[in-house]
Amino acid sequence: MPVLRSSVNTKSETFAANREHMQAQVDDLHEKIMKIAQGGGEKAAERHISRGKLLPRDRINALLDKDTPFLEIGQLAAWEVYDDYVPCAGVVAGIGMVAGTECMIVANDATVKGGTYYPLTVKKHLRAQTIAEQNNLPCIYLVDSGGANLPRQDEVFPDREHFGRIFFNQANMSAKNIPQIAVVMGSCTAGGAYVPAMADESIIVKEQATIFLGGPPLVKAATGEVVSAEELGGGDVHTRISGVADQLANNDHHALSLARNAVSRLNREKPKLLDVKEPKPPKFDPKEIYGIVPKDSRQTFDVREIIARIIDDSDFDEFKPLYGTTLVCGFARLFGNPVGIVANNGILFGESAMKGAHFVELCAQRKIPLIFLQNITGFMVGKQYEHGGIAKHGAKMVTAVACANVPKLTVLIGGSFGAGNYGMCGRAYDPRFMFMWPNARISVMGGEQAAGVLAQVKRDQKERAGESWSEEEEKQFKQPVVDKYEEQGHPYFASARLWDDGVIDPADTRLVLGLSLSAALNKPIEETQFGIFRM
Amino acid sequence: MINKLLVANRGEIACRVMKTAKHLGVKTVAVYSDADVNARHVAMADEAIHLGPSPSKDSYLRSDLIIEHAKALGVDAIHPGYGFLSENAEFANLCKSNDIIFVGPPASAIEAMGSKSAAKRIMEEAGVPLVPGYHGDDQQESTLKQAADDMGYPVLLKAAAGGGGKGMRQVWNEGEFTQALNAAKRESMASFGDDHMLVEKYLTRPRHVEIQVFCDSHDNGVFLFERDCSVQRRHQKIIEEAPAPNMTQSIRESMGEAAILAAKAINYEGAGTVEFLLDEDGSFYFMEMNTRLQVEHPVTEMITGEDLVQWQLSVAEGNALPKTQQELTLNGHAFEARIYAEDPANNFLPSTGVLHLLQPPEESSLIRVDTGVVQGDEVSVYYDPMIAKLVVWGESRDIALKRLLHALGDYHIAGVTTNIDFLKRVASNSAFKAAELTTTFVEKHNDALFAEAKRDIQAKLPVMAILAVLRRRFEKGLAADRASYSPWFTAGAWRANASHEEQLTLLVGEEEFTVTVCHVFNADASAAWEITTANSTVKVSGAINDHQLNVEVAGIKSKYTFAVSDGDFGLYNQDTYINFTVVAPSEGDDDENSGNTNFDAPMNGTIVAHLVKCGEKVKKGEPILVMEAMKMEHSIVAPSDGVVDSFYFEPGELVDGGAALLEFTSADAQGA
Repeated sequence: MPVLRSSVNTKSETFAANREHMQAQVDDLHEKIMKIAQGGGEKAAERHISRGKLLPRDRINALLDKDTPFLEIGQLAAWEVYDDYVPCAGVVAGIGMVAGTECMIVANDATVKGGTYYPLTVKKHLRAQTIAEQNNLPCIYLVDSGGANLPRQDEVFPDREHFGRIFFNQANMSAKNIPQIAVVMGSCTAGGAYVPAMADESIIVKEQATIFLGGPPLVKAATGEVVSAEELGGGDVHTRISGVADQLANNDHHALSLARNAVSRLNREKPKLLDVKEPKPPKFDPKEIYGIVPKDSRQTFDVREIIARIIDDSDFDEFKPLYGTTLVCGFARLFGNPVGIVANNGILFGESAMKGAHFVELCAQRKIPLIFLQNITGFMVGKQYEHGGIAKHGAKMVTAVACANVPKLTVLIGGSFGAGNYGMCGRAYDPRFMFMWPNARISVMGGEQAAGVLAQVKRDQKERAGESWSEEEEKQFKQPVVDKYEEQGHPYFASARLWDDGVIDPADTRLVLGLSLSAALNKPIEETQFGIFRM
Repeated sequence: MINKLLVANRGEIACRVMKTAKHLGVKTVAVYSDADVNARHVAMADEAIHLGPSPSKDSYLRSDLIIEHAKALGVDAIHPGYGFLSENAEFANLCKSNDIIFVGPPASAIEAMGSKSAAKRIMEEAGVPLVPGYHGDDQQESTLKQAADDMGYPVLLKAAAGGGGKGMRQVWNEGEFTQALNAAKRESMASFGDDHMLVEKYLTRPRHVEIQVFCDSHDNGVFLFERDCSVQRRHQKIIEEAPAPNMTQSIRESMGEAAILAAKAINYEGAGTVEFLLDEDGSFYFMEMNTRLQVEHPVTEMITGEDLVQWQLSVAEGNALPKTQQELTLNGHAFEARIYAEDPANNFLPSTGVLHLLQPPEESSLIRVDTGVVQGDEVSVYYDPMIAKLVVWGESRDIALKRLLHALGDYHIAGVTTNIDFLKRVASNSAFKAAELTTTFVEKHNDALFAEAKRDIQAKLPVMAILAVLRRRFEKGLAADRASYSPWFTAGAWRANASHEEQLTLLVGEEEFTVTVCHVFNADASAAWEITTANSTVKVSGAINDHQLNVEVAGIKSKYTFAVSDGDFGLYNQDTYINFTVVAPSEGDDDENSGNTNFDAPMNGTIVAHLVKCGEKVKKGEPILVMEAMKMEHSIVAPSDGVVDSFYFEPGELVDGGAALLEFTSADAQGA
């Protein structure tokens, strides 16, 4: 079998320097995530715990099967977006195993602004539902939220992708037998009350959780009726009188154990979709990726060195290895599952785009999931290439990627610029999951190039007006553009806005892809109908 | 000639007798009850006879059935072992009248020693020294109490027909007398069908030293030296040794001669044991004579090199004793530790259950394990809870003791609570090492023997935690089928950009320990953990295989044996004997009636008596019900002032462990 060989010198100075550089970025990431995981801070946590409640991450840990992973999404959501500190956008979400079934879990963090929904909270909740719907994953909502964030109602309430969409999704997923289970563990007010009400099954914690459309203050204001929260919408009310919830739990642990029971009764079996072989670890240490990715992002590296550290046994059967060599395509296995890999190894030419389109067609035909490793500055420009029809060749690849109905997973391992992002299954192309490495950058083009283009336009204007423009002035003009692109292209900036599902440690890439792929395989793979390829 | 031997017994002694029989080329026949269908002694025998239901009176005590089958199978001789029919003169006679050799003394000798009071009269006449006591037939409470008052407290009440500690009570003062007498009588009646009591002066620092005697039908008698059986609990021996430490040759000889004198006084034949109390001043008193092979006979075998069962069979065939007194030699030192299914921390309450781990130390010429059970067998409520006898030999007492300790450390049992750890603590106690032995050894060193139990738990917490985690992973692996290729099953508690921390609460006895387990991953993606206890944080990795745990804690590798059943873990090695459970987080109470206290039967057993009537008011601590289990009585006491609403079982009914016995309303609840 064609096992990849590595020509990386792990003893070299370059390797050491690269490794150190990447390590610093990973350390920074871990540090930020550790802070984010603390939620709304020590005081809020203490207050939360003193009420007999578990913190959202502890709830998730108690809900999950022991010794199994949790593939969290959107860890950096809302990071440095609002003036308020809203870590994790106030909602922890991710995929985990419950009673042997992969489930999407969405847990409000009441220690963050009372668990209220900021615009990005809504976006994250909807993203979690999208993942669940695309991958056929039961949803478990651990509800502890004050509902929509009232000062920002214009950004969370009225539009299509706003608060109401949560319930639209619940109804439509339920219709597809994607189970919706709500565990109400704290407040669940106003619109939020529809989460348990719309759920297939709901559990409520006694003398702790409440569900009502209008809370006691609103009731008093509206009708003058004075009523306690517990009398209005406590666990007893909803399980004995209203029937809004089904099961009454004694405490958080009990509620979560009831939820586990509920999942164990779902009668779901994962379909067998692929010809699976026994998994083997890569022949090379994934941690060596740190030393392979150059410190200077403008330098190139052989993407096969990365592939060799992700796939089973480093065994890679390359497609058209001698043709269109700036795009590496090939068959491999990931945790035993067959996958097709599409990875950039330089700028995209017409040949590489056509080869990519061909390979994506093969995988779609054979129902083999696709993994895209993006490190792309864009398609080649220039007269020769335009005349050669690079636009139509690029279009072929974009068509193939857009239409391919197999699970697609994308990792940004370097640059993600321009139309390269489209051809390599960027966010707009609906990959089931998309992750970024801390060194990756995403923007319409590189900061330098953008500054250069803008400067050229400016210089032309100046020259037409007969004005002079010194080198120094041009430099001053360009710097803010470069800075802005650097800031907006940074993975934290992207992840904070949920342009991806998270920033990951490069050494975890194999595992993250493996978990994502396994989750994706809960949904049968459909036939692909391609659009017209411009010839 | 004995060509075919029926062993009218079960368990280790049946196996032990058959071992010698097989060695001699004698065919063997076993008997068994319902509970013992798959028992080791049945598997060992050439033929086996089913006697009946599990209770002894319906099986192992059915002398009529045993004789009937023995005749049908052409059995030449019956070996009764110990207990059951071994000291039943009627049975010995029955054998004789059916032309079957009874491997034991003549019925007359059994009879003579069968009643302790009669035995003492005979010994008195023969000139054997006796402990002051009342052995009369007048059994009125006032007479017995008067006798006790006269000789002064403490006194010992003993069932005249008894043995093995049943129907026996110490009475420390006048006030306790009546209650103790009633309990002893009840126990005696239940065990022996007779409640005749003896009252004896209770010596406070005596040693229990016994002489092994052997007589043949040719008027020869020898003694095979002595055994010290001083270390007892509830008047039952737990560690025996031979020879007795600090025994002088002259005392040995005078005790030996007294023992032979005693045996000859009743025309004894075969193996017998004469028990003496040896006082600090070297004077000794006849206690009783056991007309059977003793449980602890192996220590004598170890120091003499003789096979006592072989001797028994030879004498039973009418041969002269194999050796004369002069030919017998005493070589080295031997210990026997009795491994019991019982809970030392809970007043040695017998325990029952399935032996899902039974790992004895490796046997050799120096280490002998006599047992009647194999892994997977059940210790039932019906019979004595002894699991095995561990016997070791050494050139000297010190060497033998060290070997005993090591062998105990290699003895791993799970499924029932055992006394192994307690035996280790006894054997490593400095007073025991110094041979400061008395029958009150356990009471006297109570604090030291029990305080040490908590010793090493703190240091072992990381190992306990890792075992719990590894076992959990193992069970998860069992549950997964082909999906187990998925990293969702194999990757452990991985967390994105963070490590997963969990708190484990480990319950050891009554004490809870909380440890933090941090799931970390090595560069090769293999799992490792960082475990934080009150003392330290250490990196731990490990693997389990069957009952073996290999673990590396802070760079140091070590091995343990473990067992797990229904969430109860046992962790063992030379220095470790810990049972623990992992406490699941509380899921709250569904029921508001939390005022109710638990009145579940502590184990399988029989209801003996209701001590109060339904509706009758009881005071806190007052006994309300007595049940008998494992031949011991257990009282259920009122947890508070209150009223018994109803009893769910009548006296005489069998109950399963865990069954609710009664309904009780506390006075508080009534008021409310």
